Amino acid sequence: MKILAIDSSGMVASVALVSDDIVIAEYNVNFKKTHSQTLLPMVDEIVRMLELDTQEIDAIAVAAGPGSFTGLRIGSATVKGLAQALSKPVVAVPTVDALAYNLYGTDCLVCPIMDARRNQTYTGIYSFSRTEDGYKMNVLTNQCAVDIREIIELLNGKGKEVVFLGDGVPVFREQIDELLQVPHTYAPAFMNRQRAAALATLAFEYIREGKTSTAAEFTPIYLRLSQAEREQLEKERATE
Amino acid sequence: MEQDVVILAIESSCDETAASVVRNGREVLSNVISSQIDIHTLYGGVVPEIASRKHTERIDQVVMEALKEAKMTWDDITAIAVTYGPGLVGALLVGVSYAKALAWALHKPLIGVHHIEGHISANYIENTELEPPFMCLVVSGGHSHLVKVADYGKYEILGRTRDDAAGEAFDKVARVIGLGYPGGPKIDKVSYEGNPSAIDFPRPKFADNEYDFSFSGLKSAVLNYLNQLQMKGEDYNQADVAASFQQAVVDVLVGHSMKALDQYGFKKFAIAGGVASNSHLRTAMEEACAKRGVEFFRPSPIFCTDNAAMIGVAAYYEYIAGLRSDWDLNAVPNLKLGER
Repeated sequence: MKILAIDSSGMVASVALVSDDIVIAEYNVNFKKTHSQTLLPMVDEIVRMLELDTQEIDAIAVAAGPGSFTGLRIGSATVKGLAQALSKPVVAVPTVDALAYNLYGTDCLVCPIMDARRNQTYTGIYSFSRTEDGYKMNVLTNQCAVDIREIIELLNGKGKEVVFLGDGVPVFREQIDELLQVPHTYAPAFMNRQRAAALATLAFEYIREGKTSTAAEFTPIYLRLSQAEREQLEKERATE
Repeated sequence: MEQDVVILAIESSCDETAASVVRNGREVLSNVISSQIDIHTLYGGVVPEIASRKHTERIDQVVMEALKEAKMTWDDITAIAVTYGPGLVGALLVGVSYAKALAWALHKPLIGVHHIEGHISANYIENTELEPPFMCLVVSGGHSHLVKVADYGKYEILGRTRDDAAGEAFDKVARVIGLGYPGGPKIDKVSYEGNPSAIDFPRPKFADNEYDFSFSGLKSAVLNYLNQLQMKGEDYNQADVAASFQQAVVDVLVGHSMKALDQYGFKKFAIAGGVASNSHLRTAMEEACAKRGVEFFRPSPIFCTDNAAMIGVAAYYEYIAGLRSDWDLNAVPNLKLGER
């Protein structure tokens, strides 16, 4: 079974083609160009390089959010268009879950942090536990949008060593080093950002569990309302 | 017989998610428009982030409906076209990303289309005899352009607004006189009950370019008028204000257009864009053109509002001219007419 996976939720644009337990191709770009200019040319490059008949693709996996609103839009619309044209199912994987999966098998807690501006982060807490034939990822705290201090507090309460990763690391490293009371490290370059190969691998589990959707059914997870909606809610609350 | 050119077009530059199938540039086989107006009305105008999210939710259904209504399958489609500017960047990106993915996966050519070029081309749909050259006035919520259409895809802008677009002024004035959003159709309607010469609002002109427009001064004049009455403790007549404001807009639009027609000697004149469905503007333009022996063209209201049929028409002429877009096509929120 072949999965084409696409992640444009953050600064990185990542595309991978994974066939069961083999990564056939992966293309990662961490560059200032917009995903609108990079993403489809990357998909095109992979397919041409592999001389792939696109009908051989069984499903299209996408980092479903949270993330940059613009990044999610470009990724979702691209995946919808591909899935619609190729008549393939969409596998929507939560962005933070896919990021955590980069650290498959670690004994430490995994805490991906993405910069969500205004001292906020898209984050979650994960662990891996041994099964008969490998490791299973456990979601201890569901992906959420919170103040960085809130997630540090949660981690302090767990009392276990933590590995951090994600584009929030350069933004929040000082605060983490200052406020976190448990041992912690930061994941190295090759695994510390969105990797579509990890996303695709996790997507195989989703497919086994029957968790797929059609192009039309899929919508990204923003975890946050638009500014106008937030202000409207605040106004309503104030008048209540 | 030559093979048909069938274009699937997508438009998402503002708050309308639209898709259409157009055959040979003039025959609209389907024209699906999903409007978000109900949501944006709650906020008194278009909220870009909400618009972008709604496009993402609606785009699949709208495109598939357009294909189905046209009784077409992917195999029947020659090329995929999409609006890539100008407009709201987040909104544009949804259509652009989706269209690119479709075209790539289906091995079809991709054609990026300028939104205003689409509005102008809307005139070709019902007026099969219309061909360039002609003069066109494009007036909508985001644009006010007086354009010389020299040939298919060849444009020269004679005048543009220096501040608010005409449609924007309609929305703002409608809001202050309590008519609400969207202002255009509401002012058009209530004006029938008002006196268009009750209040003498300004009709601004510019010395350095007599074809440029300005509508923010007019909007301020309406505000000042209302404030003055309020200070005197007097009430205003809503219909009179609406009719007088609208008359000022119509006078400026007709005045500039006719001056350009006289100067450049065009025999054909067209209007386009959302404001082109204003009934008072249509009547005034028609009469002014008739007086000069100029043939007058206008699209039906359904092709004046943002729609994808007009994008499919514009794309057809680009297609036969051999123009194609690449997979790195980006949304360009301030794209200039005639630029690629």
